Amino acid sequence: MGLAEKILQGDIRAAARLMRDVDDGFTSSIDELKQLYPHTGRAYLIGITGPPGAGKSTLVDQITAAYRKLGKRVGIVAVDPTSPFTGGAILGDRIRMNRHADDEGVFIRSLATRGCLGGISRSTGDVVNVMDAMGMDVIIIETVGVGQDEVDIVRMAHTTTVVMVPGLGDDIQAIKAGILEIADVFVVNKADRDGADRTVRELSMMLEMGERAPGEWVPKVLRTEASRGVGIDELVAEYEAHRAYLHTSGDIHRFNSEKNSTILMEMLRDRLFRDIYGRIASNGTLAEILSGMSARETDPYSAVDAIVARYLTGADARVAG
Amino acid sequence: MAERKLRVLVGKPGLDGHDRGAKVVARAFRDAGLEVIYTGLHQTPEQIVAAAIQEDVDCIGLSILSGAHNTLLPKVCQLLKEKNADDIAVFCGGVIPEDDIPGLKSAGIKEVFTPGTSTEDIVAWVKEHIHG
Repeated sequence: MGLAEKILQGDIRAAARLMRDVDDGFTSSIDELKQLYPHTGRAYLIGITGPPGAGKSTLVDQITAAYRKLGKRVGIVAVDPTSPFTGGAILGDRIRMNRHADDEGVFIRSLATRGCLGGISRSTGDVVNVMDAMGMDVIIIETVGVGQDEVDIVRMAHTTTVVMVPGLGDDIQAIKAGILEIADVFVVNKADRDGADRTVRELSMMLEMGERAPGEWVPKVLRTEASRGVGIDELVAEYEAHRAYLHTSGDIHRFNSEKNSTILMEMLRDRLFRDIYGRIASNGTLAEILSGMSARETDPYSAVDAIVARYLTGADARVAG
Repeated sequence: MAERKLRVLVGKPGLDGHDRGAKVVARAFRDAGLEVIYTGLHQTPEQIVAAAIQEDVDCIGLSILSGAHNTLLPKVCQLLKEKNADDIAVFCGGVIPEDDIPGLKSAGIKEVFTPGTSTEDIVAWVKEHIHG
C-alpha cells in the first residue's frame, strides 16, 4: 500500500514520512501528493507571523488548546531557520507546544527553511496538504521570526495574524510596506508590558489611515498575554469572524484563485528550471557556456536565448528531448 | 536522487532542570548539518515518542541527569516498539553509572555517552550509525 492510501486510513507514520519525502525533494512524493489532492481544501488555515521572540509559538500553543476545546483537530506547521553555513537547523518551536504532542487530535511538524527566504519553507504548502488530507480541521502555520518583508504566508493562509510586541519601533515603522500590510488580525502580545498601549494605538492609527471599500474587512488589533492564556478566546472568535467574512463576502474565491495560480506558476517554474538545468548540465552545454562567459566570449543574455530556443520552442524541443 | 537530511530529536525526559548539556549537543548537531528538533525540558516518554514519530526523526538523543534513567529510557524504547517505530534509534547522555549501561543497552538504548564525552565523538557516532 502506498503512503497516500495509508494516510487516508489514518496512518500517522506514513503522513510523517511523506512530509519528509516532500521536504527532501523525493520525486516519489509527487505521486502520493496527486492521490491526496482530492482530499484537500477542507481545512481552515491560520498563519502566524511576526518578529523573533514575539511569542508566536506560545500563541500557537494556546490557540491549539482553544480549538481542541471546541473539538477541532489541529495541525501545526512550525518553521525555523536553516543555517546558511552548515545547512543544519535547530527547530525549537515544539518547546512551547509539546504538551499537545501525545494528544491524538494534534499533529505538529517542524520544518527548516532550507534556503527559502519568504518566511516559510518550499515544502510548507505540500506539508499543509498532507495534514489537510489527514482530516485536520484547523492548520496553524507559524513562520520563522520575520523582519519586514517575508510575506509568503499571506498566499498560504486564509487568515494571517501578525504578532507584534511593545517597544519595537515608532509609528513610522507601522506605516512601512511589508508585513504590516498582510495582517487580517493584529496581535499585540506581551500586552502586560510597558508600551503596549502605545503599540496598540500606533497600529490602530496605521489601520485608520488606510482606505477601504464599504464592507471590506478591517483588521482588529487584539491584546494577548499568550504565556497566561489571556486574550486567546477573543483571538479565536476573531478567526471565526474572519473565516465567516471570507465566505459571506465571496473573498474566499479570490483568495483561492490567487493561491492556486501562485502554486501552479511556482511549480511550473521549478519544473521547467529543473528539467532544462538537468539537460544542459549533463550534455555539456552548461560548462561550455560558463567557460565562454569567463572568457567574455559568450554573454548570459544570448546564452539564455539559445537555451530557450533549443529546449522550449516547437520541433527543437522534441528533438532535444 | 534527492538526499535525506538527517533529523534528530533532542530532549530531556523527566524532572531535572538542567538543559545546558542538551543545548550544547543540539548546537553541535546543527553545526554538523543536521536538523535538530529540540523539545526542551520535562518531557514524558509519551511526548518524546509522539514528537519523534510526527517529526519522522532518524534518532532520539536524550539527556538525563536526574538518576531516573533506568525508568524513563527503557520506557521510551518500549513505547517506540508499541508504535512500530523502533527503527528510530535512541541514544542518551548524562550522569549514568557504568553499572547501569549494560541494562540500558539491553533495553534498546543504542549508545550511552557519559560525562567528559566530546561533542565531536557524539556527532561522529551519529554519522556512523544513523542513516536517513
